[in-house]
Amino acid sequence: MTSLSLDLAVITPELLMALGAMAMLMAGVFQGDRSHTALLASAVAVMAIAALAVVTGGEGRMLAFSGSLVVDGFARFAKLLILLGASLAIVMAHGFFVREKIARFEFPVLIMFAALGMMLMVSANDFIALYMGVELQSLALYVLASFNRDSLRSTEAGLKYFVLGALSSGMLLYGISLIYGFTGSTGFETVAMVVHAEAPGIGIVFGLVFLAAGLAFKISAVPFHMWTPDVYEGAPTPITAFFSTAPKVAALALFTRALIEPFPDALEQWRQIIVFIAILSMALGAFAAIGQQNIKRLMAYSSIGHMGYALVGLAAGTAQGVQGVLVYLAIYLVTNAGAFCCILAMRRKDGMVETIGDLAGLARTNPPMAFAFAMLMLSLAGIPPLAGFFAKWYVFLAAIQAGLYPLAVIGVLASVVGAFYYLRIVKLIYFDEPAPAFEPDIGAGLTAILTGSAIFTLFFMVAPALIADPAARAAAALFP
Amino acid sequence: MVWPILSTITFLPVAGALFILLTRGNEATVARNARYVALYTTIITLALALFLWSQFDGASAEFQFLENYAWLGGGISYRMGVDGISVLFVVLTAMLMPISILASWESIDNRVKEYMVAFLVLETLMIGVFCALDLVIFYLFFEGGLIPMFVIIGVWGGARRVYATFKFFLYTLLGSVLMLLAVMAMYWHAGTTDIAELIRAGNFPPEMQTWLWLAFFASFAVKLPMWPVHTWLPDAHVEAPTAGSVVLAGILLKMGGYGFLRFSLPMFPDASVFFAPLVFALSLVAIVYTSLVALAQEDMKKLVAYSSVAHMGFVTMGIFTFSHQGVEGAIFQMLSHGFVSGALFLSVGVIYDRMHTREIAAYGGLVNRMPVYAACLMVFTLANVGLPGTSGFVGELLTLIAAFQANTWVAIVATTGVVLSAAYALWLYRRVIFGALEKPNLQAITDLGPRETVVLVPLVVIVIAMGVYPKPVFDVTSASVARLVEMHARALPVGEAAP
Repeated sequence: MTSLSLDLAVITPELLMALGAMAMLMAGVFQGDRSHTALLASAVAVMAIAALAVVTGGEGRMLAFSGSLVVDGFARFAKLLILLGASLAIVMAHGFFVREKIARFEFPVLIMFAALGMMLMVSANDFIALYMGVELQSLALYVLASFNRDSLRSTEAGLKYFVLGALSSGMLLYGISLIYGFTGSTGFETVAMVVHAEAPGIGIVFGLVFLAAGLAFKISAVPFHMWTPDVYEGAPTPITAFFSTAPKVAALALFTRALIEPFPDALEQWRQIIVFIAILSMALGAFAAIGQQNIKRLMAYSSIGHMGYALVGLAAGTAQGVQGVLVYLAIYLVTNAGAFCCILAMRRKDGMVETIGDLAGLARTNPPMAFAFAMLMLSLAGIPPLAGFFAKWYVFLAAIQAGLYPLAVIGVLASVVGAFYYLRIVKLIYFDEPAPAFEPDIGAGLTAILTGSAIFTLFFMVAPALIADPAARAAAALFP
Repeated sequence: MVWPILSTITFLPVAGALFILLTRGNEATVARNARYVALYTTIITLALALFLWSQFDGASAEFQFLENYAWLGGGISYRMGVDGISVLFVVLTAMLMPISILASWESIDNRVKEYMVAFLVLETLMIGVFCALDLVIFYLFFEGGLIPMFVIIGVWGGARRVYATFKFFLYTLLGSVLMLLAVMAMYWHAGTTDIAELIRAGNFPPEMQTWLWLAFFASFAVKLPMWPVHTWLPDAHVEAPTAGSVVLAGILLKMGGYGFLRFSLPMFPDASVFFAPLVFALSLVAIVYTSLVALAQEDMKKLVAYSSVAHMGFVTMGIFTFSHQGVEGAIFQMLSHGFVSGALFLSVGVIYDRMHTREIAAYGGLVNRMPVYAACLMVFTLANVGLPGTSGFVGELLTLIAAFQANTWVAIVATTGVVLSAAYALWLYRRVIFGALEKPNLQAITDLGPRETVVLVPLVVIVIAMGVYPKPVFDVTSASVARLVEMHARALPVGEAAP
């Protein structure tokens, strides 16, 4: 085989996604919005095939295109999560878009391009490839945020996201150019060698700061979180659900690789940044969510906090820590998808409702959903024995191993504050007098995802190794 | 392979809860079925627990009925086992649960199904705490209990239930998260979270012990609760439904004392000795101060709640004497208090169900209408005071003897607590039971019904039996306590005796 066909073999899942998306785009152009449902189904099918290609694509570390893309255990794990998140978002979106009469064929295509961008992000082994992946993802996401183009809130969300996203991309590029300028390369391996040979100088540290700032934007870590609540609130709910799952996984996985692989010898330098933004994110996520009345804004602050916890694992900078990050992302993704199913089910005859007060007395009007939602909230709060506890267990375990005691103590204290607002939702659901009931029929897709998510949350403790062991192997790929 | 009896006892209630969830039908049928399933489940669990007690070899200080399955990997496994210190707490839990279910039989009339499910899940988590032989498993059970208790207080509680249940949850969680970090630190230091292994060969450096001890102390002190972090307890007790109070006072508080015995003393012996004066001081404040506070209460449940804090003061005092009498006394005091405080809350519940007030001033002269009730309450009150012949006496006497050896002044101050407990308990009894029946609305009050008699009479028997013949308890605990004390003494540097 020629080297080109070898390269293409490595990126089979990405090729499948790209070709599938383009074919769907053409089909959509010819068929119009009538094909919405069929396109959604084929998007899920293509992603399932891509996931299969990821799994069967061989073991070990494979490079492509002169080392600018890498496929290793870490990338495979992240890609599976991304494909899962994107597929769930599509399934969750179907009923909503039809009801709101904004079912357009671009939606699945955009999701697929975003997912493709994310898959490139987690495979990036070069700063240029990294940037390409980030931009492909971001551009698709900007459009998705303003997908309901007749809604002022939605277009405003899209514009805000775009302006701030462009700013962050600028910072990212500036950081990359500094790193390139001081190391003479954009490849992760070469940068690592240069940083290893000569102690990280001021130029590289500067570059690191801008790189971290740009990537912190993408995971909405404090102090680069400002866009999150507005975008979460303004975007159509299924798209918010998507924003809070797959892109977070991709950006954090990218963040992890872009710090661990090129800069193992600058650990002390970047750890300070990560510790700082982790503490701020955990604290702000916990305190700012307390006052929120809109459930989507609340979930925005919740996701800010969760990114803070996941960063605790990254701050450790060890294989244990990366394992923690991956376990955290997996559990967070599934739990959050379930929670957004409940939010999508908050619908009365006259349309969607979004204030948390509307959840009052859900335990009387819809006991199964109430139970699932309460368990998901307690899991997000990290209360044992639910899945969310194990997520926190692994990241804090890594932090303690790395001797980051102040970070760990602040983190667990923030989790107690955070427990308050999750408990407030449980309180509304179980203790308060019922508000008018929601529409009972939430559709088979939502029911299935919610059920699966609740079962995962409740029974994760029975076999935590099912996630933890693959995550450990994936993490080991970053520490050859 | 032997039958995993501990896991069976632990998870049987959850099986019952799942069964309840499966019941279908109209509301009345579901409620009736839920009650009976819960009752039978707890009774079977009790039978198994009693069987466990009968099979337990009291002569051995080793952990028994061991179970070990791979779980999280890397030295963290699902380990279960009991020794003389923990086995009786399993029995205590199993005994109080059927009583709690019976006490809720009629007083809980809305969402009965959910109530019974919450109680059964809670039972699993509580028994699990005492059976767990792995720190992580222990933590799961220890913290998991917050969820059902949060719901029990919040849904079936009194007027200020939301405030009380949030306070309970967040206080306890705040204490426990620090313990979680300590667990992680221990894991990295020792490479395992096997409790038996850590007790045998813990050997944490003294500096590290100090921090670990403080982290565990934060959790157990809130749970026990010790002064000054006890303030969640009166709120939670007052607002909780009767059975919730029984479980809270009878079992959940004991987890704190059990934690000291299981972790603090054997794993951090140096730090325990170092901090013993602090614990003594806090215990004395708890004994004297909360007894005085109890005197001033106008709400019966609050009075019993404060008296619980005072009695837990004896427990911590006894544990930190590091002597055989002290530790055994503390265990006995915990078991006794589990029954006595449970019984007192049930007694308050009996008249609350009739009059819907817990205010002491609303009652008086009940003996004229409720002679059987008055007799039962007399036994519980005297046990709470610590009268010889009741279970309360044995524990208090042993802890005081041990304290006297360790530090005479501590014993002297603590003894005033005994006097004060007599004051508030007997005064409460006089105001509620004796005197003329003056309140017009009390004229029609009825004595114990058959269900209430079934609930209270076994407790009367247990309280008196434990007071008259405590040997069965000591038969079980003695060997384990002896080894605990001996290992503790051996772990200390030469020449540094326990204070």
